[in-house]
Amino acid sequence: MADLAIKHNPLLETNPPLVQGPQDYNSVTEVVSSPTEIPLNKTPLRWYIAIGITSSILGMMGLVLTYLVATGIGVWGNNRPVGWAWDITNFVFWIGIGHAGTLISAILFLFRQKWRTSINRSAEAMTLFAVACAAIFPLFHTGRPWRAAYWLLPLPNTDLNMWQNFRSPLIWDVFAVSTYGTVSLLFWFVGLVPDLATLRDRAVDNVRKKIFAVASLGWRGTAKAWRHYEAAYLILAGISTPLVLSVHSIVSFDFATSVIPGWHTTIFPPYFVAGAVFSGFAMVMTLMLIARWVMKLENLITMKHLENMNKIILVTGSIVGYAYATEFFIAWYSGNAYERFTFINRAFGPYAWAYWTMVSCNVITPQFFWFKKLRTSIPVMFVLSIVVNIGMWFERFVIIVTSLHRDYLPSSWGYFRPTWVDICLFIGTFGLFLTLFLLFCRFLPVIAISEVKGVLAQQRHQAHEEAAH
Amino acid sequence: MHIHFDPHATLAKIFGVEKTKVYGVVGEFPDAHDLVKAGRSVKEAGYTKLDAMSPFPVHGIDDAIGNPHSHIGWIVIFFSITGLLLAQLLQWYTGAVAPGKLPAWTGLGSYPLVIGGKPLYDITFSIPVTFELTVLLSAFCAVFGLFALCGLPRLYHPLDTYSQSHRATDDGFFLIIEASDPKFDPEASAQLMRSLGGTNVEVVEG
Repeated sequence: MADLAIKHNPLLETNPPLVQGPQDYNSVTEVVSSPTEIPLNKTPLRWYIAIGITSSILGMMGLVLTYLVATGIGVWGNNRPVGWAWDITNFVFWIGIGHAGTLISAILFLFRQKWRTSINRSAEAMTLFAVACAAIFPLFHTGRPWRAAYWLLPLPNTDLNMWQNFRSPLIWDVFAVSTYGTVSLLFWFVGLVPDLATLRDRAVDNVRKKIFAVASLGWRGTAKAWRHYEAAYLILAGISTPLVLSVHSIVSFDFATSVIPGWHTTIFPPYFVAGAVFSGFAMVMTLMLIARWVMKLENLITMKHLENMNKIILVTGSIVGYAYATEFFIAWYSGNAYERFTFINRAFGPYAWAYWTMVSCNVITPQFFWFKKLRTSIPVMFVLSIVVNIGMWFERFVIIVTSLHRDYLPSSWGYFRPTWVDICLFIGTFGLFLTLFLLFCRFLPVIAISEVKGVLAQQRHQAHEEAAH
Repeated sequence: MHIHFDPHATLAKIFGVEKTKVYGVVGEFPDAHDLVKAGRSVKEAGYTKLDAMSPFPVHGIDDAIGNPHSHIGWIVIFFSITGLLLAQLLQWYTGAVAPGKLPAWTGLGSYPLVIGGKPLYDITFSIPVTFELTVLLSAFCAVFGLFALCGLPRLYHPLDTYSQSHRATDDGFFLIIEASDPKFDPEASAQLMRSLGGTNVEVVEG
């Protein structure tokens, strides 16, 4: 009787199936591996065109960074009273993008969300590339990035005989972001090992075989190895879950522990985390729609996956909208004149254009996903995912710049304008991000082959059971 | 006196690869649940040294072939605690140990920074860094511990000589009876594998 109840539990049914088309294990291997196996001289021209554009942007960033280091960070628009501007905005923006990857790979894993298997690999890759982009800003804000290790990490030094100030949230941030980057890389690599072994075993070319033999460390998929693998994967998911929540919380401490009106609020940690997941999912959506179309992965990244992601965008977007309202309410309710002024200034001051861009992109846009027709329409979700990311960039800009540009004394009021260096650097990080993503799509399996097969096995088992009844 | 020198055999001996040694018997099964079923039957036949190869972790195979649970969690928790203590030590030492606080012969201690009248060391401000280092060490341990427990990296394995081994990462499900099993007999074990529906049954040497 109990057995029957489990079999007909609608929660256990995946309808529509997560792996579509007449898929068997071999065809999953085939679909995911074959794009990585095209010889270099047969790579589609559009890939070369795409990477040509993105790597040119990356090269431009290299030149701008050289100019920045050679001249000094005065070439940025930051000045009194706005001492933090695009640099930290971009840093928070990119770190936030990464959060979706960890959410998908860790939190959805713990919640046994089978649909994550088609998207976790590329979302995790995106996390790594986003963290790389984010790291550029604080590193170059130090002015002398080659010395930064001594300022950021507790390395013994003889010139100062002093250590980092561990009471400062900035040093917490160094530990949080570097741990996050490292753990994400380890998690990603562990997930890749069985798939690298698949590529090794498929390789015809001897050099290719050797490269993947080394990269996969000689994984053979024995039951003795899988049991450790599953245990280790669960542990990694278990520790990545609080980690991802801690990272954006600690990023928000950079602001929340200060005494600047507009920053000094306890709502920041959850509000930042929700915003990060919101923007991250939007970025995953944008990239995934392109990858799915170009690499013909419609059977593995189905409408069900896209719809689920849109639901998460809707939820987190609504949390973000609620946080905006709470912030405003508390600014009024606190009775603090400076706090009230900051918020009225945000919405109706010189940066009102940025504030209302943020509100319309982040609060109104996700609400379209209440309608099934809209959240299952590919053109709609593509456009909205980009709009969300524009909005989330503006959110960080609004929080940072509007809280700083009008200090307590009107004599120290100012208006921040970015310089060409600010703009080129921000565009340049997209060059880095997209170049890395294109390389990843070209040379590594974009879908976790072994995990999808696990889902497929369950699906087949279910079908088998139903046929038997 | 005749000295025979075979470089191949010598190298093989150095790297522990002796061509003549039987590793075990391998057989293929059509799908995951067939593998579990066959594994259970082989175990019931009295075999104890069993293994399998599959493109994804097969549910129930560990119980079927008598694979013990992984103890990696215990190793990780040890490193988690190490990370936690290390982080506390780091923040206390770099913040609160001025020269002279520890015995002079240690030569330890550095310039204490008094900022905003905050204490030089306190549990509250040390929590974020402590958490991050705990996670960092746990993750390193989970990953490198995993590789160590699986004996990776290992570029050569006797199973590589099995004609179908390349399909273990694609769509093949294989059961292995290892030669170290006291009940192992190349003929009888292979026959048992075949009787359970195993195909491509081979005695693997290497």
